[in-house]
Amino acid sequence: MDKIKDFASDFFVTGDPLIYGADVAIVLVTVAIVAVLTYFKKWGWLWREWLTTVDHKKIGIMYILAALLMLFRGGVDALLMRTQLIMPNMDFLKPEHYNEIFTTHGVIMILFMAMPLMFGLFNIAVPLQIGARDVAFPVLNSLSFWLFFMGAMLFNLSFVIGGSPNGGWLAYPPLTEKMFSPGVGQDFYIWGIQISGIGSLMTGINFIVTILKMRAPGMTLMKMPMFTWSVLASSLTIILAFPILTVTLALLFIDRFLGAHFFTLDGGGNPMMYINLIWMWGHPEVYIVILPAFGIFSEVVATFSKKKLFGYTSMVFALMSISVVSFFTWAHHFFTMGSGANVNAFFAISTMIIAIPTGVKVFNWILTMYKGKISFKTPMLWTMGFIPCFVVGGMTGVLLSVAPADFQFHNSYFLIAHFHQVLIGGVAFGYFAGLYYWWPKMFGFSLNEKLGKWAFWLWNIGFYVCFMPQYVLGLMGMTRRYSTYGWDTGWFGLNLVSTIGAFLMGAGFLFQVWQILHSIKFMEKDTTGDPWDGRTLEWSIPSPAPMYNFATDPQVREVDDWWEEKQRLASGGAPRPKPALEPIHMPKNSGMPFIKATFWFIAGFGFVFDWMWMAIPGLIGVAACMLAHSFNYDTDYYIPVDEIERTEAAARRGV
Amino acid sequence: MAQHPTGHSHDAHGDSHESHGSLKSYVIGFVLSLVLTIIPLVAVLNDIVEGTAARVVLLVTAVLQFVVQLFFFMHLREEKKPRWNLMALILGLVIVLTIVIGSIWIMTYNAVA
Repeated sequence: MDKIKDFASDFFVTGDPLIYGADVAIVLVTVAIVAVLTYFKKWGWLWREWLTTVDHKKIGIMYILAALLMLFRGGVDALLMRTQLIMPNMDFLKPEHYNEIFTTHGVIMILFMAMPLMFGLFNIAVPLQIGARDVAFPVLNSLSFWLFFMGAMLFNLSFVIGGSPNGGWLAYPPLTEKMFSPGVGQDFYIWGIQISGIGSLMTGINFIVTILKMRAPGMTLMKMPMFTWSVLASSLTIILAFPILTVTLALLFIDRFLGAHFFTLDGGGNPMMYINLIWMWGHPEVYIVILPAFGIFSEVVATFSKKKLFGYTSMVFALMSISVVSFFTWAHHFFTMGSGANVNAFFAISTMIIAIPTGVKVFNWILTMYKGKISFKTPMLWTMGFIPCFVVGGMTGVLLSVAPADFQFHNSYFLIAHFHQVLIGGVAFGYFAGLYYWWPKMFGFSLNEKLGKWAFWLWNIGFYVCFMPQYVLGLMGMTRRYSTYGWDTGWFGLNLVSTIGAFLMGAGFLFQVWQILHSIKFMEKDTTGDPWDGRTLEWSIPSPAPMYNFATDPQVREVDDWWEEKQRLASGGAPRPKPALEPIHMPKNSGMPFIKATFWFIAGFGFVFDWMWMAIPGLIGVAACMLAHSFNYDTDYYIPVDEIERTEAAARRGV
Repeated sequence: MAQHPTGHSHDAHGDSHESHGSLKSYVIGFVLSLVLTIIPLVAVLNDIVEGTAARVVLLVTAVLQFVVQLFFFMHLREEKKPRWNLMALILGLVIVLTIVIGSIWIMTYNAVA
């Protein structure tokens, strides 16, 4: 009995009322979900329509749901931290708990919020923009999602079972080596990221192939919508950067699990090698998440200014050059490591160079708006909020890239303010713009504009209130990851203001949740399929898109083909002849991805606790799924013509 | 996946009837990779070469092994235009070289005693 008690007190996180509250909430929510599904007999529906689906639109929706959930978790982490820092000598969070919270905040916001939200928008928009019926590898796409999901769940489990990682979001050794972090938190970190990382890599491959091979007839590369270009650039960066992360974390795992010495201080290891390697992934990673946001802004700014995007070619060139140059700047994250003047000079200059294509893009967006007929819908508001915010964030980035000055800024709140400004002002604003922009295409109704404006202004004002003081705090000497500070520092006032700003953004998030719930209940169905008077192919089909997307292959003649076609029809042009319907070839649903990802979860959990009796069967299950899938030839079917006709007629009637 | 029975130019599978090699090319590739594995193994295990020379042998055979894989198993030569695989490969090589050379350069100044 005592043995069981000992085990339970190690296995579950104990001793913190906040965690007990979360335990109760998790149990209640799980019971509620199971009860609702059972009561309404929805288990079969869940399995057939969602868990086994290979439809890119549904996978996209699942990505976005999961990302919003993670945004909530990461946001609560942020608010807990800001509450702890609201005034000197606060005793709200214990230092160890604070360490765990800033670690999980960073990991969740980048890897389990920004990445899935981005993949969700890839899935929603790219096949529709290029006139394809799905991605190139639909089953792989579903596997990517489930690997992400299981990885994220494994990581989040650490919060109630075993203890969260507390070594910072990039887990620098030697702190994260077994000697200094003996608990299971770091192993949760490693396996959560490894499992979802495989999914990210596969998504990168999937979208490169989709974009290169599955464009509608007539859509040459230089006629692709700008968002599709940005996805291509981002995916290219993913497939080159994510293997570096996988290898680096694998080496750290070997250190911890087998007692190797890659990053230890003894036995010939060198912890600085880890820092070098992780930033080779880490720097491209921030461009991976920002490039699609640039793509979204380009779509939104053209649509809501009723003008062609200014400087299409320069935009493409800027995107692609950013994706390559991003691999040559990583050492600017550790100028203070002492790599010598030549190294620092090289990486300082390469960092400044990358600001040039970014500047080109900003001018392109502004010139697109110039003399345009701008309508201030919510996607456009986020875009216009983004431009000044990102310009300031980019400028402080250039300040940080000056290597000698960086010795002052390094790891201070100046840095914190900088990267939050580009990640919130750039990435989060961008994905919100994308979410509002494509929401009607996903669900067939728009989101309430009034509540959306409240959310926008709360986020936008809250952002400046929260992070502008942090620049100053950084210059006053406040270092990141302090769990508390004294009255003698003089940091009280600015920290108080910053915390108020954080809660304003929290209120903005609540408005978004309210907006979504309100719109589900009250918004009218969009029967046009084109509520924004859009420019690209996704707006030429009904909302939500039928499962096969396009009844017949669209024929593309120019950039913004749908817009040009509408102009031609408006000026009295004859509609293009409709090609005859043909049966449509579609992929069949598959349960393999979900089952395989579950086995990965089991294996990961086993490795975390060093339980080989669990890890090995998990890996065997993964291998069995691979084997079973490679002998499955029953993968596709045809939708007959009369069914397409029925679906199209129903979509046009708006039922 | 999305293709009509008649096939269209943008299909993922419709136009990919490239040659996937002959038995002869596979056998040659297999033999070559065996040879390139045995050479470094024998050279190092029997102390035929040591120090820098051993490293050079290991690296050169590894690179040749890589080339054999690409040509005999990955069908690099048989790709039709535009040669996406070749472009991706070149970009990948540039990045790999950056990683290796960059790491060596950065870490030169950071050796732990």
